[in-house]
Amino acid sequence: MEAPMPRRLLQIALVCLLAVTMLGAGTPSSSFDKIGHKLVCQCGCGQILLECNHVGCPVSGPMIDELHAQVATGLPETGVLNFFISKYGPIVLAEPIRGGFDNVAWIVPFAALVLATLGVALLIRMWHRRYARMQPAATAPPPDTTTNTMRDRIRRDIDFDS
Amino acid sequence: MPHPMPSFGSFSLLLALVLGAYTFLSGTFALWAISTGRQLAISAEHLRESSRRAGLMSFVAVSCAAFALIWAAFTNDYSVDYILHHTNRALAPAYKFSALWSGQEGSLLLWAWLLAAYGFVLRLRHKVDITLSAYASTILSAIQVFFLLILVFAAPPFAGVPGGVVPADGFGLNPLLQYPEMVIHPPMLYLGYVGFSVPFAFALGALMMRYPGEKWIHITRRWTMVTWLFLTCGICLGMHWAYAVLGWGGYWGWDPVENASFLPWLTGTAFLHSVMMQEKRGMMKGWNVWLIFTTFLLTILGTDLTRSGLVSSVHAFAQSSIGSWFTTFMVIVFVVCLFTFLYQRDHLKAENRLESLVSRESSFLFNNLILLAACFTVLWGTLFPVLSEFVQGSKVTMGPPFFNRVAVPVGLALVFLTGIGPLLSWRSTSLRAIRRNFILPCIAILATAIVLMACGVRPWKDDDATSSIYALVCFALGAGVITAIFSEFLRGAGVVRTQTGKNLAASIFLLVRRNTRRYGGYFIHFGVIVMFIGLAGSAFNQSKEVEMGFGDSVQLNGYKIVCQSYSQDSNANYDTDFALLDVYHGNKKITQLTPEKRFYTASQQSSTIVAIHSTLAHDLYVVFMGRNPETDRPIIKIILNPLVNWIWIGVGIIIFGTFIALVPPLKPGTRRVEATENSPLEAPNPKLEARPAFAAVDGSSHA
Repeated sequence: MEAPMPRRLLQIALVCLLAVTMLGAGTPSSSFDKIGHKLVCQCGCGQILLECNHVGCPVSGPMIDELHAQVATGLPETGVLNFFISKYGPIVLAEPIRGGFDNVAWIVPFAALVLATLGVALLIRMWHRRYARMQPAATAPPPDTTTNTMRDRIRRDIDFDS
Repeated sequence: MPHPMPSFGSFSLLLALVLGAYTFLSGTFALWAISTGRQLAISAEHLRESSRRAGLMSFVAVSCAAFALIWAAFTNDYSVDYILHHTNRALAPAYKFSALWSGQEGSLLLWAWLLAAYGFVLRLRHKVDITLSAYASTILSAIQVFFLLILVFAAPPFAGVPGGVVPADGFGLNPLLQYPEMVIHPPMLYLGYVGFSVPFAFALGALMMRYPGEKWIHITRRWTMVTWLFLTCGICLGMHWAYAVLGWGGYWGWDPVENASFLPWLTGTAFLHSVMMQEKRGMMKGWNVWLIFTTFLLTILGTDLTRSGLVSSVHAFAQSSIGSWFTTFMVIVFVVCLFTFLYQRDHLKAENRLESLVSRESSFLFNNLILLAACFTVLWGTLFPVLSEFVQGSKVTMGPPFFNRVAVPVGLALVFLTGIGPLLSWRSTSLRAIRRNFILPCIAILATAIVLMACGVRPWKDDDATSSIYALVCFALGAGVITAIFSEFLRGAGVVRTQTGKNLAASIFLLVRRNTRRYGGYFIHFGVIVMFIGLAGSAFNQSKEVEMGFGDSVQLNGYKIVCQSYSQDSNANYDTDFALLDVYHGNKKITQLTPEKRFYTASQQSSTIVAIHSTLAHDLYVVFMGRNPETDRPIIKIILNPLVNWIWIGVGIIIFGTFIALVPPLKPGTRRVEATENSPLEAPNPKLEARPAFAAVDGSSHA
């Protein structure tokens, strides 16, 4: 019996999704490379594990061997990272990616940027409005002739088109 | 017989401390008496002059101390603990000199010496403004006293070896510091770091005395530019040193100590931009004062981070108790700044308001916003491990992946603003002007993006799509900014040409001389963009690591590297392991590279000497990683780093631009106009008369 059309479409979509997922699945060597760049050598050099350039480094060699072994067991990336965290502590990760308080590290810089942008935008708006309100009272005397003369000279010195 | 020099050095430091304390106290009393009109036992003016002279003498005393330490290094005086730990007999003379800043105590002495030198120049030039200079001199002497207190009581550079038994030879200098750039990189960095004390002292002094007008901003801006130039050179020399010595193929690792030098650079750059708002429109006075205060506080914070052991870094000095000295000093400085600001804040009221949302003023505000966001991000990333330990009980690593992900978008926003800002006019920009100024840069951005994609830069096909997208955006925006800068030059030169009849090159020269600040600034922007283009090249790095025997070869992106031989050598200072590698491009041999690994006998430490074949397109970067203990054959790492040379070229352009911006512009009074066919004296062109800046023309080149 022929499957109804919506069901056939669902099957096709599932096959496509599976194909895309399989295509995206990394080979062991690419997983090794990817995870190796998320870890830091613990010899104190502070370098990414796979970029530690000390030949004979007593730490990076054994760590790389451990990484090879963990990737070979077929553990997912999170599992391999958890193995390293349990052995060396969270300091082994090159960036804070454990969730919880680690998220604060990522959120705060962007939140600060967004808030500061909004703040500056509001400030510009406020100044602009205040300037517009002050416009009719343009008959007020100039604030300080000496300062204005000096500023005019500076303007002449440093600009062409003001 | 014990050497007399260490005692001389210790005495000089003590004398400098006494002179510094006298400069501070007498300066404070004199300024208090002058500002309040009180009568002292001696005239306040005499006391002020006496304070100034004591300040000048304190430079001589600190110089003597620095000389004594250098002398001890050159005479192998291992009775001094510092010399024992940072030099050895076989050390080359240049590196014996650099021992002055290679350790904690020596580098603090260098700081105090440079601060005294800056103070010396300031006090010599006191006639620029006697009262303001007196305030700045007194504030500088307070900072000087702090450093001298540390040198005398907490980290004495002339302390003897424990137990009094003097070894025959020293432990040697850290091998990573035995590189020519290391002789100039730290002094440059310190000149920048310490130099920010001077604009800080002027700003705080001007605020304390309620300085009338904006002249202090002029004086401060020049000092800040010079300091900024030193810091820029210092940071970039450090980048080049990391690239050439550390052997990991990069130049910036987001190490806490690197970050510490970058933080004041960011706020100093923000100040150099926003100060124009104060000069031209009388706006952002309080903001500018706080930018200078923050810059100085960040230099102290950076020193604290490096020396307290608060954050771990390969650069950091040994952990010591002096971190608490710096924290206390930072708190005192902050309290003084805050109190002065609150007390005098009515003096900082803006004289003008923003007239239009689309104007140079608002672009400066956003420029400051982005620079401070970058500063906050770097500071946050540097200090987050400490916060994490406090909150979670465990430290985390904030490595390059974090900074690259968070700081790169901010950097690209800065590139974008670098292009937009100079194209907007003061007060307000008309829609017509926006169309006229922005059309060419927009075309350049689009054309570059299309050409790059056609040439194969397709982020959606790359494994590391994020880096490729950032690189593509950087190249496209960079092209837009460069187009904007060139069109500004051409537009200005066109007007000069019409007025003077000179050729294009002469017109550009005249244009720049007439308005050095503006066009120097454009050169600096151009240099920054060239640097960014070089940085973006890192998205396309390639590398290989191979073991190479005699005659073995390896291919990388059209290059063929053949191992000719490998051997060992040694001298009194170090043993060397090196490989001789022939480099072919196609079938043609283009060069021979000799990467080395050195083992320093005195310090029992090793370091790499990288071999680099540099072209404008890319660097072939070869590292001798060591020998395989089983086969005894060398392991060679080859990295192809695209566009790296453009980073150093960009730095050169930035330095050139800063020098131009520092040169005083031609004064209208020096004008000597000659009649030409295009601009007869009898009939001035009314259109050109309307442009005041062009009304004054350099006549010197006609003479």
